[in-house]
Amino acid sequence: MSRIATKFAALKAQGRGALIPFLEAFDPDRDTAMAILRGMPGAGADLIEIGVPFTDPMADGPTVQKAGQRGLKAGASMAGALGMVREFRQDDAETPVILMGYFNPILSYGVARFCAEAAEAGVDGLIVVDVPPEEADEIAPDAIANGLDLIRLVAPTTGEDRLPKVLSATTGFVYYVAITGITGTRSASTDDLAAAIPRIRKYTDLPIAIGFGVRTPQQAGEASRIADGAVVASALIDGMVATLDPQGRATPATVPAVLDRVRELAESVRQG
Amino acid sequence: MNHTLPNSYRQGPDPRGRFGPFGGRFVAETLMPLILEVEAAYEASKKDTAFQAEWRRLLTHYVGRPSPLWFAERLTAHLRKDAAPGMGAKVYFKRDELNHTGAHKINAVLGQILLAKKMGKTRIIAETGAGQHGVATATACALMDLPCVVYMGATDVERQQPNVFRMKLLGAEVVPVTSGAATLKDAMNEGLRDWVANVHDTYYCIGTVAGPHPYPAMVRDFQSVIGTEAKAQMQDAEGRLPDVLVAAVGGGSNAMGLFYPFLDDASVAMVGVEAAGRGLDSGEHAAALSRGRPGVLHGNRTYLLQDGDGQITEAHSISAGLDYPGVGPEHSWLHELGRVQYRAVTDDEALAAFQLCSKLEGIIPALEPAHALAEVLKMAPAMPAETIILMNLCGRGDKDIFTVAKHLGENI
Repeated sequence: MSRIATKFAALKAQGRGALIPFLEAFDPDRDTAMAILRGMPGAGADLIEIGVPFTDPMADGPTVQKAGQRGLKAGASMAGALGMVREFRQDDAETPVILMGYFNPILSYGVARFCAEAAEAGVDGLIVVDVPPEEADEIAPDAIANGLDLIRLVAPTTGEDRLPKVLSATTGFVYYVAITGITGTRSASTDDLAAAIPRIRKYTDLPIAIGFGVRTPQQAGEASRIADGAVVASALIDGMVATLDPQGRATPATVPAVLDRVRELAESVRQG
Repeated sequence: MNHTLPNSYRQGPDPRGRFGPFGGRFVAETLMPLILEVEAAYEASKKDTAFQAEWRRLLTHYVGRPSPLWFAERLTAHLRKDAAPGMGAKVYFKRDELNHTGAHKINAVLGQILLAKKMGKTRIIAETGAGQHGVATATACALMDLPCVVYMGATDVERQQPNVFRMKLLGAEVVPVTSGAATLKDAMNEGLRDWVANVHDTYYCIGTVAGPHPYPAMVRDFQSVIGTEAKAQMQDAEGRLPDVLVAAVGGGSNAMGLFYPFLDDASVAMVGVEAAGRGLDSGEHAAALSRGRPGVLHGNRTYLLQDGDGQITEAHSISAGLDYPGVGPEHSWLHELGRVQYRAVTDDEALAAFQLCSKLEGIIPALEPAHALAEVLKMAPAMPAETIILMNLCGRGDKDIFTVAKHLGENI
């Protein structure tokens, strides 16, 4: 069983959902991002999503856009992001790691080479925002050949007619984009989520994680109970940014601030 | 015989929206259902005679089509002066700068806004670089009583103030985009972000033959009115087809519009002219085909300016309309097939052509077709006098006089 499936099965046995915090690679610099990544499992992260910076992240709001710009300025690249995962795996063999990003940096790296090296580095799954099911053959064969889960996005606009098509090609878990919009801008209501998740369950047995607009411990707790997991990105990044010095550099408060927030989120998720 | 040639260059895109390996639909899932809806509505509109008649009516009575075909006699004589005996091609202009709003953009905008209305959309968004597409979209929205939001890079807002004011006069809201380098690419990102957040009521009116399928094909089809008219007009004027077509290529909508109806005419050569900015080796240019490599951006696979890590790099051109790091996917395909030759012209060469055209023909061209003209100035003297070049004069230069004056050291 893959790390992702193992983790969700274990959480199900515990009767709770997953907390999936996000960090952008190399934001605000490699060492700080690495310290945050290493500290996340201890702070209560069940799975971790790492964003690979791209110059033109068309599904992301200002918070993640700026995180990517800081990452790129700090020297982020695909090889650099994979290097972070490799280093993380030296101490942690269990926490699933998902890379989230856009297709062009993968294409530029070489799809086959990327999938092989990502698997070798210890990546478990991929979310490629701008590769919908219609373009899946661009990356699915290499991902499958290397044992990487290809996690698909389902949006509120994904109609019943389309759900089977989107879900049939999904492995690992389903990422439900809670709002029609970009990351970090607004939140879905509990009622909307409570209506949306059963609609998806009709077509899949895979775990479902909710992302986009999950900010507070309360929201994360609710999302993890309505579905099987909650992804928190912009709120963590906003918290980190508040600790940076006027030049945008990390301070001694940076890593603890992010991990404290992860702890608060984890606590809420575990209150089940 | 009315049948499709087996080796036609005009069969693209395939059902996946691909021109060979280029094009496609690389968008987030939130947009995908809407993209499919646009495609279905567009396919239906092709067979909808009322829709087609309304678009044609607007082209005739609102835009002022057909645009004239003009034999640039003084320019031709000027180029023959320094050519060898018997050399110096005849130069014709397809005068799309005479359209209402001053450029070819309005052709596809009217088609798209009619489509948006047909789809029941009640809000229009667009991106713009130089402001020409924004002005055309704002114009169509004023005419059809639809609210219009135009995303424009903050850098472009600064350097294209007259067009910003025009859009405001027309009732549009202009939103300056400060993310990234604050130019056309970032405006397009922001347009896509708006669309994702407002899919239920909004139509995204893309200005060029790029973006996810069906936009490249749809914008090309609407713009093909240029080439279709030109073909008939050239028959009337010369009784034959031209030998070479020349057009500027940023995203490439005016070039596709001129080229497409001629693609299967083997005797007609085609040259697309990219912006070489401060020189192709300066690192400051917008020549995606000449110096880029294939990648995926803004919903399609195409040639892009990018670094070794697949990060998109900034384009540069004196012409804000060519200042884009990508190009329409069909151009990438025609480039790899060798059906169209793509060359590049520098800021300085375009500036010289801009002035020459003004003085010799009494036509102030936009900086975009000034790039095409600069290439014509190089080609024509080396071609026999009985040959014909047809260039797309796709926009007028009123919007550019401030930029040009600044480069010429004039204070206006």
